[in-house]
Amino acid sequence: MSKLIVKRSMLSRIIPAIGSLRERGLSGWLVIFGAAIVISIILMTLLAPWISPYDPTTKGVNVGAPLTPPNSKFPFGTNHLGQDMMSRVISGGGVMLQVAFLSVAICLAIGVPLGLFSSYMGGIFDRSVCLVMDSIYAFPGLILAIAIAAMLGRGVVNMALSIAVVYVPSYFRVVRSQVLSIKEMPYVEAARSIGAKSRTILFEYILPNVVPSIVVVATVNFADAILTAAGLTFVGLGVEVDIPDWGWDLANGRKLLPSGAWWVITFPGIFIILLALGFTLMGEGLSEILNPKLGE
Amino acid sequence: MTLRAYIISRILLTIPMIFILLTMVFIIMRVLPGDPVLLHFEKAEHPEAIEEMRQKLGLDKPLWAQYFDYLFGLLRGDLGKSMHDFSPVAEQIFSAFPATLELAIYSMIIAVSIGIFLGVEASKSYNQPKDHIIRIFGIVVYAIPIFFLGMIFQIIFAVNLCWLPVGGRTYPTMEPKGFTMPLSQPPGGFTTHLFLSCVAGLLVSILCLVAFKLKGKKITRKIFGILISVFLATWILWAWVGWYFISIGELHIATGLYTIDSLLEGNLYKFAEAIRYLILPSLTLGLVLSGVFIRLTRSNMFETLRLDFVTAAKARGLKEKTVIYGYALRNAFLPILTMMGLQFAALLAGAILTETTFSWPGLGRYIVERINFRDYTAIQGAVVFFGILVSIVSLVTDLLYAYLDPRIRL
Amino acid sequence: MQKQLLTVENLTVEYWTKKGKVRAVDGVSFYLGKAETLGVVGESGSGKSTLGLSLIRLVPPPGRIVKGHVWLEGRDILKLREEEIRSIRGRKISFVFQDPMTSLNPVKKIGEHFVELIQTHEPKVSRKEALERAEQLLKDVGIQPERIDDYPHQLSGGMRQRVMIALAIALNPYVVVADEPTTALDVIVQAKILDLLKVVQSMYDTALIFITHDLSIAIERCDKILVMYAGQMVEHSNVRDMCRNPQHPYTQGLLKSIPNIELTEQKLEAIPGSPPDLLNPPNGCRFWPRCSYAMERCRKAEPQLIETETDHFVRCFLYEGMVE
Repeated sequence: MSKLIVKRSMLSRIIPAIGSLRERGLSGWLVIFGAAIVISIILMTLLAPWISPYDPTTKGVNVGAPLTPPNSKFPFGTNHLGQDMMSRVISGGGVMLQVAFLSVAICLAIGVPLGLFSSYMGGIFDRSVCLVMDSIYAFPGLILAIAIAAMLGRGVVNMALSIAVVYVPSYFRVVRSQVLSIKEMPYVEAARSIGAKSRTILFEYILPNVVPSIVVVATVNFADAILTAAGLTFVGLGVEVDIPDWGWDLANGRKLLPSGAWWVITFPGIFIILLALGFTLMGEGLSEILNPKLGE
Repeated sequence: MTLRAYIISRILLTIPMIFILLTMVFIIMRVLPGDPVLLHFEKAEHPEAIEEMRQKLGLDKPLWAQYFDYLFGLLRGDLGKSMHDFSPVAEQIFSAFPATLELAIYSMIIAVSIGIFLGVEASKSYNQPKDHIIRIFGIVVYAIPIFFLGMIFQIIFAVNLCWLPVGGRTYPTMEPKGFTMPLSQPPGGFTTHLFLSCVAGLLVSILCLVAFKLKGKKITRKIFGILISVFLATWILWAWVGWYFISIGELHIATGLYTIDSLLEGNLYKFAEAIRYLILPSLTLGLVLSGVFIRLTRSNMFETLRLDFVTAAKARGLKEKTVIYGYALRNAFLPILTMMGLQFAALLAGAILTETTFSWPGLGRYIVERINFRDYTAIQGAVVFFGILVSIVSLVTDLLYAYLDPRIRL
Repeated sequence: MQKQLLTVENLTVEYWTKKGKVRAVDGVSFYLGKAETLGVVGESGSGKSTLGLSLIRLVPPPGRIVKGHVWLEGRDILKLREEEIRSIRGRKISFVFQDPMTSLNPVKKIGEHFVELIQTHEPKVSRKEALERAEQLLKDVGIQPERIDDYPHQLSGGMRQRVMIALAIALNPYVVVADEPTTALDVIVQAKILDLLKVVQSMYDTALIFITHDLSIAIERCDKILVMYAGQMVEHSNVRDMCRNPQHPYTQGLLKSIPNIELTEQKLEAIPGSPPDLLNPPNGCRFWPRCSYAMERCRKAEPQLIETETDHFVRCFLYEGMVE
């Protein structure tokens, strides 16, 4: 019962929000469009067991002749195991979405509080944490992720962890810069002067103002996580074999390239691009709405 | 802050950062759950082999001892030994590095060129369709997984059209392996080559003529004649030189960058081959990276073009090209330079994927290879190398920026 | 009538912003003869700068020239191709900008500016010759020729403005458009620059369009005056007629607000109110909210431009019956 109430109140807030997005012009459309892409793909993945024509896992091996180009029976062709590519594409987003959401969740759980406390407290603690974060930030992301994933092994959780480690500094920085600027604002000083606890100030004054920037970083994080996950898989650090995954299809399709089987990589690749693009567009739109730039 | 103070403080800052970096890598590779040696062997079948490896690599010592070995080793330039064959990782890295460097340089050139060109075009037609298309292009291009783009290029240009090679870095006989395999003819035969060169030259000249005609400019017959003759002469000379040096033997390495080495050797044919193999990989990496530069140039130029002295220059009737490239771009140049330094990290990361896709024998492919071999010490060495490289590049970029930025200078 | 050098006919410029269209210049017309000086006078926002820029088609986006003609040498500048108008800029019509600090390229030497300018329009001229011409031009505007090797930031504001003027006359243009050339300078330098302009004009027979907010300067130095308000021309005549018989209430107000150093007791009369928001201009005559003679008619209809005396135009209902 309470779930229904939550859903209804969420809907009642979302619909006017979409309306106001439309008013914002181009940026609003970017957000709507991007969100639409993302939501469609999520839905597609969730509904995969019901809508995919064939079984994309090992049971679906040899459903069709190996390496047939797209035709009416298999609109996306088949791979070298004889599996239907379309089914694989429909169910293939699961791994990436899981990795992306998980890594964002971890980052939020670690990066945001760290950023809040570190910058609010200041002092040597802040300085040292900053230094560490800067070092991580400067490092090429994929390489660090590869190093971590190589040691931890395969699997969704490990991929998410590696990506999270690479991304925490971004959240940290954004939160920190916001906190530093808000910390000095008059209304924060006023709150402090009437004896408000640090915790209160942090969570009720500063955090709400930091949220917009966090949202923007999160969307970029999503997009990057997807691309990095694909990269990790391509390099051999992805998931175990049987789970349908776009990244795996790409890595595998590479070996099939010289035979001219373009369909094995093209369709999963396009969907990876779409998913990453969806998040990127959302990020672009949101960042313009929340932090309007001059002359843009 | 004076320049000197800034330089000193910046250099001093790099030291703890590198230190933290090294420690981080150590923690990841040794401290995290997962004993590298056990992981290497997967099945604990040969305890003697495991113990032997541990001893040889110094992995049997307590962690703190390993840590110091690691740090001091780095000071000596020792990046560890490979689990695969116990040879020094540093050697392997330094032999693979020039390939990555060459790829990185050309990719960066492509990325910046595309970025500046499209960024300028976009800023000129602000808020018009061309602007929007370019912006969208910049966004989309960044969302494409590099290896996917590479593979698509391979399918189109290498497999289907056969214009360019699928992978590798040089024509097999050019590979510096220590022996020479003289060939008497370029692949396809010399006459075919000469013929194709002349045809290409003619086509290019005709295209130029068409382009000029469309612009409304008048070209005198003299100039056109000169153009055609120049092109023909160049191409004939090129092919003749190739014929003369047709023994496409081993490329003599001076710098490790094949494009430069071939020119140093005076062999245009080898140069052309080196470029041929470079085209697809650097185009792939450069294209994906260009998105950032498009956006940067666009916003920079947009502001600069609104400045007074630009309008004043236009009011004096100066040509658009002069105004844009001579006046406005000068100001936008500095942020672009900074961005190049910042993007170096992304460049290296992208190189890993590009090299794997195109079998480009560089550091990126080395790492991926080592992952497959489960050669964790080598991976560690490579990661450390990358980290230090990026730190140095970012230091140099910051210093360069400080030197060039008039505000900090004076 | 002497042959007209420049004829502007019904020039209209709009800015197409997100909030709506703003008519910055609304139907301005005038003639300019050889070596004549026209003063374009108006408050900020009256559209005078836009008018100046539109003569060389450098109105910044989102501005567009929507109507009108600008005839020079028998051709309509507004219809020319980009390449053709580029050759006019700097050579037949040149522009002197308001702020000398920001109008010169900070990374180029003074001499370079001239070389670039001369070689763009006269490609056959050698660098040496261009530099010699530059030195002569600097002398003409009263700057030591050695300064040719200096960078802009090494010169004072007044000197920079002189350089701008030298650049403007370098190729002997027919018309020089000067947009508030002295506003950014102090008073003493102002006078010198204005004298310089006069000298240059007589030396080269150049016509001058002098854009300013200061009516007193315009009266002092110009042959004809065009008063602009809210984008429209409200009065246009030669100097003598305008001083003797200012017709538009706005012009009268402007004249009254000029302080007269000879009067010991003078009340400075300002025109009440402020210029209208051009996104939503008032109905009827744009000046009526500030006009002491405003009639019922003025609120409803827009007055047209009428010629009350020879070559004296006014846009006001007060003079409706006075068409000659």
